[in-house]
Amino acid sequence: MLLEAAGIKKIFGKLTALDGAALTVGENEFHGLIGPNGSGKSTLMKCIAGAEVPTQGKVSFINTDITAFTPTERARAGMSLKFQITSVLPSLTLYDNILLALQAQSSLFDLVFSRTRGALHDQVMTMLTQFRLADRAFDAAAALSHGQQQWLEIAMALAGKPRLLLLDEPTGGMSLEERRVTGELLQPIKQHCSLVIVEHDLDFIRDICDRLTVLDQGKVLASGTVSEIQANKSVQEIYLRRA
Amino acid sequence: MSVVREAIVADASGEADEAMAEGTAAGQGRAGRKVLPIVEGVVLVAALLAPLVLQDYLTVFATRVIILALFALSFDLVWGYAGIMSFGQALFFGSAGYGVALLARDLDITNIFLVLPAGTLIGLTFALLLGGFLLLGRHPSSVIFVSLGTLTGSYAADRLARGWYYLGGQNGIPSIAPMTVGGYEFTEGPAFYYLVLGILTVVYLLCRFLVRSQFGLALAGLRENEQRIAFFGYKVQHLKAIIFAIGGAVAGLAGSLYAFHEGFVWPNMVGVVVSTQVVLYVLFGGSGTLVGAVIGAVIVEGVSFWLSDNYRDIWPIILGLLLLLVILFRPLGLISFVLGERERVGSFGAKAKKNIKEKRNAP
Repeated sequence: MLLEAAGIKKIFGKLTALDGAALTVGENEFHGLIGPNGSGKSTLMKCIAGAEVPTQGKVSFINTDITAFTPTERARAGMSLKFQITSVLPSLTLYDNILLALQAQSSLFDLVFSRTRGALHDQVMTMLTQFRLADRAFDAAAALSHGQQQWLEIAMALAGKPRLLLLDEPTGGMSLEERRVTGELLQPIKQHCSLVIVEHDLDFIRDICDRLTVLDQGKVLASGTVSEIQANKSVQEIYLRRA
Repeated sequence: MSVVREAIVADASGEADEAMAEGTAAGQGRAGRKVLPIVEGVVLVAALLAPLVLQDYLTVFATRVIILALFALSFDLVWGYAGIMSFGQALFFGSAGYGVALLARDLDITNIFLVLPAGTLIGLTFALLLGGFLLLGRHPSSVIFVSLGTLTGSYAADRLARGWYYLGGQNGIPSIAPMTVGGYEFTEGPAFYYLVLGILTVVYLLCRFLVRSQFGLALAGLRENEQRIAFFGYKVQHLKAIIFAIGGAVAGLAGSLYAFHEGFVWPNMVGVVVSTQVVLYVLFGGSGTLVGAVIGAVIVEGVSFWLSDNYRDIWPIILGLLLLLVILFRPLGLISFVLGERERVGSFGAKAKKNIKEKRNAP
């Protein structure tokens, strides 16, 4: 298994956000994390990415216990996160945003002395082209539409060639067309990267995911393939109840 | 000095109208015309000509201002580029000053090729020690922690210097022998002026190279969204400690020049007042541009000099009001009259941009 999170408990003061949640993701697997509002999806993502420290439980990544790793160490181990709130660097150009992400694991010497020529330049432009942003390479990121900023952020999260990408609500605020394109943009990364995706749009999840985990009140309600989950009675119930 | 100041002010107001006319468009994405190199060129030419038109006592004053501008660069590196709020920059400036003063007093070492590297090294060492303590935790330290830590460091050094007999106590170390190279002695005057101007230019160019490299891009990421770039895998604490140490080294260099130029060092030089002064230079001129720090130092010092001459009693109040007005209405400093936001942040893949345009035009 690429990622194994087990027995994750997270308590904020009196609120128990996660109560023994678990998540396993295999190589080249697109895994959807769904559940009603407040079920702990985002918190679980944060515990995996290192933005929050779980009160209890263990996270293993590529057979290493990373529970105590800082976000930097997790990134260097091959894990990448796209935040729920877009956090591209607005005053920098798209090109520089990608370059910043691409150079994150370079040595100090490379940072000071390398220039964007040749291979590095091609890498930046490939990422931008792949996410349909190449013609705006030298605009400030702040000038992009919301949807484009999300794509830029996904491109940045992928720049370091992670083994696992954690996407927190990538299609939030997007139009239907933008959602469809996002799905298309994500497909090719399956060859080299697994994906955990938190999303409210169930159609989107169903289209791109292999497996699903359903959270409810901080616990795993069900986990399995998309068709298994669709057939699951208790999952249908919580979604009906909330609807 | 007034000539320099007027030249800069005239240049600023001349281009300000243009910038106003263009409105925000200048800041948005029209990176075509570069303002920064023009400003830098004007400042350099004005600085080169200054001793030719200034009276001797003003050249001495101008030398002091150039040294303070070098000091201001060090703060711009740590605050303007890396977003580290250091309220203790004088600690590195002053400790290097004391260090070289002791070398001159106790060991008779005044050779420029020994004392300046020694001063730089002292600044670097102190910055590494303090920076290591304040910045190198397992998790990034908060802005408040760092600013209070540096402030306390500077304050403590001030008290220590005042109480330590070996360092001359309240009086500091007077009558430091002049800096020498071979048999030549650098005393106040044009030679010393051009020496510090040369050093400032070299250090400026090195800093400029650094902040425009991809290390500079990492710094931009650091000050805009530290948490985000940690998630990319940047070792943000290391980046901060490195730039803090470089800033300390530059401050140390400036401090050793200052000690030899003034001929004495005293506890204020490591203290909170000087630490705050350098913050004002950079905020006044405009942080994150390098040249803004230089302009800020020149204008703040120039204006105080002129005011103290003409309004003997109330000049600190006038200066305070002026500083307040700039910070209220021009939070990005005087440089923002001519410099758009886009150019200030800069473009780190600029060379590639030309390639693309050429490629587009080719077929």
